[in-house]
Amino acid sequence: MNLQEKITILGLTDTGLVRKRNEDAIGFDSALGLVVLADGMGGHRGGDVASSLTIDTIISALQRKLPTIEPGNIDPESGFSLESICILEAIDLANKTVYKTAKALPDHRGMGTTVVVLHFHNNTLSLAHIGDSRCYRVRDDNLEQITRDHSLLQELIDRGFYTTEEAKHSLNKNLVTRALGIDPGVTADIQEDIVKKNDIYLLCSDGLTDLVEDEYIYLTIKRFSDNLEEAGKRLITKANQNGGKDNISVMLCRIKDDFSTKKDWFSKMLAWFD
Amino acid sequence: MVAKLITTSSSGETNEYPLTKETITIGRKPNNDIPIDNLSVSGRHAQVITILDDSFLEDLGSTNGTYVNGKLVKKHALENGDNITLGKFQITYQSGAVDNEQDFEQTMIIRPGEAGMPEQATQNKDIDKSVQKISAAMASEAASTAPSPKANRSACLQLLSGANAGRELVLTKALTTIGQPGIQVAAITRRPQGFFLIHVDGGPDNNVPKVGGSAIGPSAHELKSHDIIEVAGVKMEFYLK
Repeated sequence: MNLQEKITILGLTDTGLVRKRNEDAIGFDSALGLVVLADGMGGHRGGDVASSLTIDTIISALQRKLPTIEPGNIDPESGFSLESICILEAIDLANKTVYKTAKALPDHRGMGTTVVVLHFHNNTLSLAHIGDSRCYRVRDDNLEQITRDHSLLQELIDRGFYTTEEAKHSLNKNLVTRALGIDPGVTADIQEDIVKKNDIYLLCSDGLTDLVEDEYIYLTIKRFSDNLEEAGKRLITKANQNGGKDNISVMLCRIKDDFSTKKDWFSKMLAWFD
Repeated sequence: MVAKLITTSSSGETNEYPLTKETITIGRKPNNDIPIDNLSVSGRHAQVITILDDSFLEDLGSTNGTYVNGKLVKKHALENGDNITLGKFQITYQSGAVDNEQDFEQTMIIRPGEAGMPEQATQNKDIDKSVQKISAAMASEAASTAPSPKANRSACLQLLSGANAGRELVLTKALTTIGQPGIQVAAITRRPQGFFLIHVDGGPDNNVPKVGGSAIGPSAHELKSHDIIEVAGVKMEFYLK
């Protein structure tokens, strides 16, 4: 099913004011309803290589694989949809590719990247992530962060060593506990959720969330829900006004219409005999 | 130590201006934070914006331009020792931060789950101590159970009221919708950190799912074992096996 008419997708990325290079990378496929964001890091060089390699590998793997999948099927062992399984495989492939490249090129040693992969299918979403890039959802009058960072800060909060407030003051934010490409294998977190008409999804790198308050993000998306480009530009401008310390990437997806894969009468009849 | 700008006049006299305000303007007019009485300097020539430990220099459309270390700049992130030239006037920037701060801003990967310490010590005792704490906590978790204990457990819903009371539903799928066909009222999603109840659609009566008798908010609600859930008037118990 072509989702181009059902979902509006926007992606913007900006170097910010301090960094010399943009080590973030973004990519999407509107027809597939696929959105990917990566924030590269590490090594003397190579953060940008890790992130762009990851985007390319994941998008092209999923462009090959997703169209061959019959919608609405569940992998019995894990309970995840086949789409989710495909995403995990694509992430695994990207991890191997970045890891091997880093090993082969001496000045790219230690490079890695965060990644967020969001895919819409059959009125649901599959969402996978590694590191501290995030996915938020605006639904009705509420902004909700639906990924949980793989960062030292988050680990400390989860284990009760710090409250959110204390951790903010006592720690550097830029320590991730999981990244793609630094080990031969990596575990992505994956989840599925129901998607509703008028939902807006935001994927972003920490260059946005470290510098712009949730409330500002929410109000901007709400105000410009019909003009995602304006919303995205304003968020990046705000991050730069607040210092632009890091690269800033913003991807927005607005659900314009129902995109369920309606079963035809034949499969409905077959379902009778299940 | 606060960052500061040090001005040097043509007669060699120096003045220090600590960067304690978010925005400091520099120019020929007397109402600037740093007034410079020199005809080569524009009325409002440049400004310095300071956020935490970092300061940014911005030219405000001056006639003769703003130079840093001899290069014309529009916007510039100041570094310790930068030499700023406005017209014929010299200013030196002295950062308040320690030297390793620059490297420190870069994102680093630490792997507390592994050998226990970051790849390189972070040169920050606070963080190193935290990493040690986390490592110990993670190591004991790993020793006692599977890697992600919560998410790997299977969960069940047992219906407590309605026509199907007593029936049990094992949550084998990553996403389970609850409600009549065609009308998804609520859903339970399995996230890495556990199971969450999500309000999807209240229908015409705006029915919000309840947990333990109170309506859940618009965000996902983390479920604990033996929570009593009520969706569209039907009560059920959630539990982990």
